[in-house]
Amino acid sequence: MTTRIKDLNTAPNNVGKYLSTQGISRRGFLKFCTTMASMMAVSPTLLPQLVEALENAPRPSVIWLSFQECTGCTESLTRAHSPTVEGLIFDAISLDYHHTLQAASGEAAELAREEAMKAHWGKYLLVVDGSIPLGNPGFSTIAGMSNLDMLLEAAKGAAAIIAAGTCAAYGGIPKANPNPTGAVAVQDLIKDKPIINVPGCPPIPVVITGVLAHFLAFGLPELDSLGRPKAFYGQSIHDRCYRRPFYERGQFAETFDDEGAKQGWCLFKLGCKGPSTYNACATTKWNQGTSFPIESGHGCLGCSEPNFWDAGSFYKALSVPTGDLGKIAGYALAAGGIAGAAAGLLAQHKKGQAIKEHKIVTVNDLEKGNSA
Amino acid sequence: MNGAEFLLWTRGTAFDIAFAVFVFGLILRFLEIFLLGRKPDLSAPRGSAMLGGVRTVFRRSLPADGNSFRRSSFTIVAGYVFHFGLLVSLLLLAPHIELFKSILGFGWFALPSPIVDFFTAMSLIALIAVLLHRITHPVLKFLSTPEDYLVWFVTFLPLLTGYMTFHHLFLPYPWLLGIHILSVELLLLLFPFTKLMHTFTLFIARWYNGAIAGRKGVES
Repeated sequence: MTTRIKDLNTAPNNVGKYLSTQGISRRGFLKFCTTMASMMAVSPTLLPQLVEALENAPRPSVIWLSFQECTGCTESLTRAHSPTVEGLIFDAISLDYHHTLQAASGEAAELAREEAMKAHWGKYLLVVDGSIPLGNPGFSTIAGMSNLDMLLEAAKGAAAIIAAGTCAAYGGIPKANPNPTGAVAVQDLIKDKPIINVPGCPPIPVVITGVLAHFLAFGLPELDSLGRPKAFYGQSIHDRCYRRPFYERGQFAETFDDEGAKQGWCLFKLGCKGPSTYNACATTKWNQGTSFPIESGHGCLGCSEPNFWDAGSFYKALSVPTGDLGKIAGYALAAGGIAGAAAGLLAQHKKGQAIKEHKIVTVNDLEKGNSA
Repeated sequence: MNGAEFLLWTRGTAFDIAFAVFVFGLILRFLEIFLLGRKPDLSAPRGSAMLGGVRTVFRRSLPADGNSFRRSSFTIVAGYVFHFGLLVSLLLLAPHIELFKSILGFGWFALPSPIVDFFTAMSLIALIAVLLHRITHPVLKFLSTPEDYLVWFVTFLPLLTGYMTFHHLFLPYPWLLGIHILSVELLLLLFPFTKLMHTFTLFIARWYNGAIAGRKGVES
């Protein structure tokens, strides 16, 4: 099998060849392509095209910039417990700069970035994780260069940008109220390049490899209004949740350890943000398809949505207002009381006046000629 | 503004404002009514005012007598269907109960959502029917003021947007839910200052009617 892949791929330095040298069988590769095709909702007739395109795709040069982030996105992508085909697809890209993963540091690392940019100008893929602080360029720097400058410079020569993780896509946790660093997302700064947002805190590994596979095989994927690939972010967690029937039946866990929770009932009342969250967790799941948060008994936090950190408490139901209604009701009651008392007294006064001014009318007054 | 930000605004700032105006307006209107007071009745009571009041509050919620029903059967049937559907949708859907629980501190049982969905659809149909009746009936049309149409609209909107939210129609869920909450906020803003106040004042009016009759020892 491996020989066959080698025969098929005479072009040097392409994805198919790289995978075959890594011991990936053609069966394994086809399985991966089929999974990807079904996940991306690509028509089955396009499968051979996907296989061919992926096999022959030149290994793209990828420059990965990490700004205000926690490295969770990189951890998510690299911490697979066993090597998987999708993990290797990720390896199959030519990751020319990633300051967490590369051995080089300091000026040598920056030189590698500049060289890769020069060599693949206009063709490399720029992956960004983390938000960019605009409050003060000194808040986050790499080799003395501000995140803003580095992003603007690297974006100029990029074919496309993947904003990996919610921080890069929407500002994420650094942007959370009161946003002390003035954090913004990649799409707030770059307007002239295609940007694919792959949000999540962190994003699902297979989603980012899927986006890469789509980019290699078919170019830019179709995006939703928030710049996310529709193939992975087209449906809400709620729509694909295995606990949905309990929601419909009105069976809810009231606490994390009551009978409802033990029966696996819906977590809506415990603050699950599944209905307003668009991501693939409920279908692809985490940790090699083991489970996803709701399966572990905790509601969805809505981490792939903008401002998820400020969307009220994680433990407040989606239908509940975020403000302190007790306090608001108190003020409104007091103000309403004063205004109501004033209006009431005014009405009483008017009534008194009317009684005072009341004239007794006799039958004679009503006769013709007296009425005026 | 994206869907998530819009939803957050409707659940936060916008709701705070609408809720404050609603509570302020309710208190203002109630005090206005109660502080005006009534003329002291100096006659010797021939029955219990309280009992008469309570009895009338209940009796007038029951279906009308045969004669009244024959005269305005459409208004009565459509009115009951709409009000009953509205109350079921408002009070017996689990997400709504969570909202009441967050304000009142206690909740109650919920109905399965497909049942609530059925009542919402019935309510919507009844509301469209009463509007058609209003604009086609010459007398009703003559008597209708712009406020009547406004009140119809702000009642119809939350039911329609709620139905759309439940069925995920046309827009992503955060937008739908945000629009639904916003439509309720519009209702809350207008509620104390329009005919919508009948939700509460009808009980006051019934009680006064019943109490006057009760004190006189006659039926109301």
